[in-house]
Amino acid sequence: MNNLQSLSYFIPEFVLVGTILIAIIYDLLTKDKDCQTGLLVIFGLILSFVGIWLIKDQAMTSLFMGTLALDPFAIFFKALVTIATILILFVSKENDELKGYKLGEYYVLIAALTLGLYLMVSSIDLIMVYLSIEVVSISSFILAGYLKNNLRSNESSLKYVIYGAFSSGLMLFGLSILFGLTGSTKFATIQTEIVNLSGTADFALIVAIALILAGFGYKISAVPFHFWTPDVYEGAPTPVTAYLSVAPKAAGFGLLIRFFHSIFTDGTLLLPTEQLGSSGLPWPQLIAVIAVITMTLGNIVALQQTNVKRMLAYSSIAHAGYMLMALPMLSAEGIYSILIYLVMYMIMNLGAFTVVIVVRNQTGGEQLSDYIGLGWKMPFVGAVMTIFMLSLTGIPPTAGFIGKFYLFAAVIKAGSTFYWLVVIGAVNSVISLYYYMRIIKAMFLKGEPQSELISPGRLLAVLLGLLATAIILFGVYWSPIADWVRNSMMFFTQIQ
Amino acid sequence: MVANILSWIVWLPIVGLTAILFIPREKKDVIKIIAAIATGLQLWMAVMLWLNFDSGSGTFQFTERLSWIPSFNISYALGVDGLSLPMVILTALLSFIAIFVSWNTEKATKGYFALFLLLDTGMMGVFVSLDFFLFYVFWEVMLLPMYFLIGMWGGPQKEYAAIKFFLYTLVGSVTMLIAILALYFTCGNTFDMILLMERAPQALDGVFWWGMAAIKIIWVLLFIGFAIKVPVFPFHTWLPLAHVEAPTAISVILAGVLLKLGLYGMLRVNYTMLPDAVFWFAGSLAILGLINVIWGALCAMAQKDLKKLVAYSSINHMGYALIGMAAVIAASGANGQDYTAAQAGLSGAVFQMFNHGTISAMLFILVGVIYERTHHRDIDGFGGLAKQMPIYAGISMVAFFGGLGLPGLSGFVSEFLCFIGAFPIFKVVVIISTIGILLNAAYFLSAYKRIFFGELNTKYTDLPEINGRELFTVIPLVVITLFFGIYPKPFLDIIRETVTVLIDQVVLIGNITGM
Repeated sequence: MNNLQSLSYFIPEFVLVGTILIAIIYDLLTKDKDCQTGLLVIFGLILSFVGIWLIKDQAMTSLFMGTLALDPFAIFFKALVTIATILILFVSKENDELKGYKLGEYYVLIAALTLGLYLMVSSIDLIMVYLSIEVVSISSFILAGYLKNNLRSNESSLKYVIYGAFSSGLMLFGLSILFGLTGSTKFATIQTEIVNLSGTADFALIVAIALILAGFGYKISAVPFHFWTPDVYEGAPTPVTAYLSVAPKAAGFGLLIRFFHSIFTDGTLLLPTEQLGSSGLPWPQLIAVIAVITMTLGNIVALQQTNVKRMLAYSSIAHAGYMLMALPMLSAEGIYSILIYLVMYMIMNLGAFTVVIVVRNQTGGEQLSDYIGLGWKMPFVGAVMTIFMLSLTGIPPTAGFIGKFYLFAAVIKAGSTFYWLVVIGAVNSVISLYYYMRIIKAMFLKGEPQSELISPGRLLAVLLGLLATAIILFGVYWSPIADWVRNSMMFFTQIQ
Repeated sequence: MVANILSWIVWLPIVGLTAILFIPREKKDVIKIIAAIATGLQLWMAVMLWLNFDSGSGTFQFTERLSWIPSFNISYALGVDGLSLPMVILTALLSFIAIFVSWNTEKATKGYFALFLLLDTGMMGVFVSLDFFLFYVFWEVMLLPMYFLIGMWGGPQKEYAAIKFFLYTLVGSVTMLIAILALYFTCGNTFDMILLMERAPQALDGVFWWGMAAIKIIWVLLFIGFAIKVPVFPFHTWLPLAHVEAPTAISVILAGVLLKLGLYGMLRVNYTMLPDAVFWFAGSLAILGLINVIWGALCAMAQKDLKKLVAYSSINHMGYALIGMAAVIAASGANGQDYTAAQAGLSGAVFQMFNHGTISAMLFILVGVIYERTHHRDIDGFGGLAKQMPIYAGISMVAFFGGLGLPGLSGFVSEFLCFIGAFPIFKVVVIISTIGILLNAAYFLSAYKRIFFGELNTKYTDLPEINGRELFTVIPLVVITLFFGIYPKPFLDIIRETVTVLIDQVVLIGNITGM
């Protein structure tokens, strides 16, 4: 589709761009004393969500001369990212850490980041891939360092920039090799060209893939590109941490899935195992190994953390590992399970970080010791945190279990080649139980019954209640999610 | 007769739990009464179930089936047969009793009873599930309440005991989950346990993974999951700790119901779905049972803490049931089609599960009674209590003798059945394990002597006698122990047909297919 025709399918992005501009101008004119910018951006995002809803039944096509895809797969991720963003914006309004800073730009940056994520999940062109990743990265660099007077926040921003620059450099290098080999930046053309190469340039391809994986791995914080994660997560304002742990990670997975599926398969999603990687590259094994290392390292290091935010950072690394587990199957079930897991993971991780914010608002700290007796002081928060922790461990009847169930099922279905992967995943679940339970232990097993109860604040209580209900609900009846994801599985590769 | 009686039995505690959540936490009596009503109704329904149960049929009765998640072929399916019915009654009875055992819980009463009811639903659900996914969900639902009940209301080492329990059982759960999924995909995408019983033996026939028979791999994965719960040596180390640290009522539930879940799972899943592997594993099962018997008895002998002694005696008692279970292969053609022995062994195992449930519950309640009065459990720290507390001493005698397997009490019948069932094929195992009975007698009698006979410890001259509430909790168990000791027929009648079906499943199907 040419540029002009594409515009009408670009509504969500337009709405977002409009929101960003209006928010900046509003903030500039009013000096925004009472955080109205936040509400404005929330409103814009809701509008954009409506826009996504309107185009959700469109036939699959490409926009802007084959640079962006319009398919259910992209729409799924856009919807997911939008929901996460709206939740985060609400949480940000209640976060004490950000009090005293001028928040206009904060909200604008989050909206800009969201725009980047929209583009990232629909890009089908190498240039677009790179551009969207940079939009996301640069916005997150600033957001991570938003607490200007806080040294840790500054440190995290700087670390983020350095790692980000390095990994996008690597990725760019990989992309250019790929372009050199195939003479195109479009995924579909690259796929045919790689088939035409018929194994004559395998080494160059492996190098290119390894380098590109570095860029994607950085976004989803897969080992060994995870080093920035704990420091950034710990230093950044907690809502930003929560956001980074969910939205860019989801988009990263979306891009990763689309990239590898568009370029290394014929795009039908239903390849028999023998045809994996049309050029005979061992990349399924490579990703399986990365998955194992990612989850194991994330879990084992999380065991030693005493800072809850940092612990959740390592746990998010581990969860990336679980999701990567289903990628080497290259099966429809594998992708299906990753998408389901992303939905469940978003709910439970946002919940856990919201509790971190509540605790920080109350005690001013995020160490494990700040959680001692929490269940007695704030029984509601303690109870929902228990639900989030169990869900992150993957214990039924919670959403996290369903996610893990689908992941394991996808791997087991693929046959006995990858059974070892499931066994390692299962062992990792047990390891993770220990550190999640440490929080529960601190909240309930330590401390004494209190006569005075503390309230977390109405908005946060409502949010926590919603997230916890969603976790139990989707842990018991997840058919709606399963259907939604099933309908989102289609993505095109061949339309030019 | 109530419609959907099994659903009622499973979900009544949740109804109680919901009600409790709306009661202010200061109104402790109301909370306790609600818990008692919920479990009381559950017990009444379990008895109704028993009265309406057709013991002439070995198939599942009172079945319910609803589609739950069609895209994964998951359904909400419940049903009972002669194997699960005794367990349902046991669970309902012990849950009801445990409410009264924990009547004096002062710390966070609301949380305690809410979690207890959640635990009740989990246990009950496992025993009546006919869908493997549902089974697994209930299985896991038990973990969290148990963690809290041990960790918040337990003894000095409660935190360590609670997390150890949780980690051990979760290891078992995840291996079980892998096995369930493997069964699902190899047997035509179904979680229906009845369909799996039909399909699994054929579907797995001749399937090899990495050079090993798939049946063996799945069997071992499931066995680990169940063995940790039983617990079978060497997975038993969580048990003494958890039992000792848990509050009395929770020890009752742990010993009375949770340990049975492991054996129940083996009989329900391993035996029916993977009959070939029963032949492969029966010898090992008998030997593991033997180790449990001897090891449990020896450890119990060495204990100074009365509760730990009872805990180790549980390991010993589970050993007898394992030996009885292994006897099932006596009915195979190669072993002379000795159906009587197989019937005796399996019936003995199921009966032992029930009897251990009542006897160990009684023992734990009695330990709790004395602990509440003296605040210690050192066997040598009492002395002469028979003079001070004659009724308590009398009831304890029934419990202790039940524990050591005295003829005339129910424990004897089931242990005897396990032995005569296993004797034709595992002669050496049976002969050695009788030493376990001797050891049992030794430590129970010696403990009884040290606690109740001799000079009355001067500290305890004003120790109050066992009170009405405590009597109310043990008397039903005493009656059951005495009754089934003298007249076990009603119980054996319930399970006979189901045991026959089970033996046929193992022997006939297990012999047709090979590994």
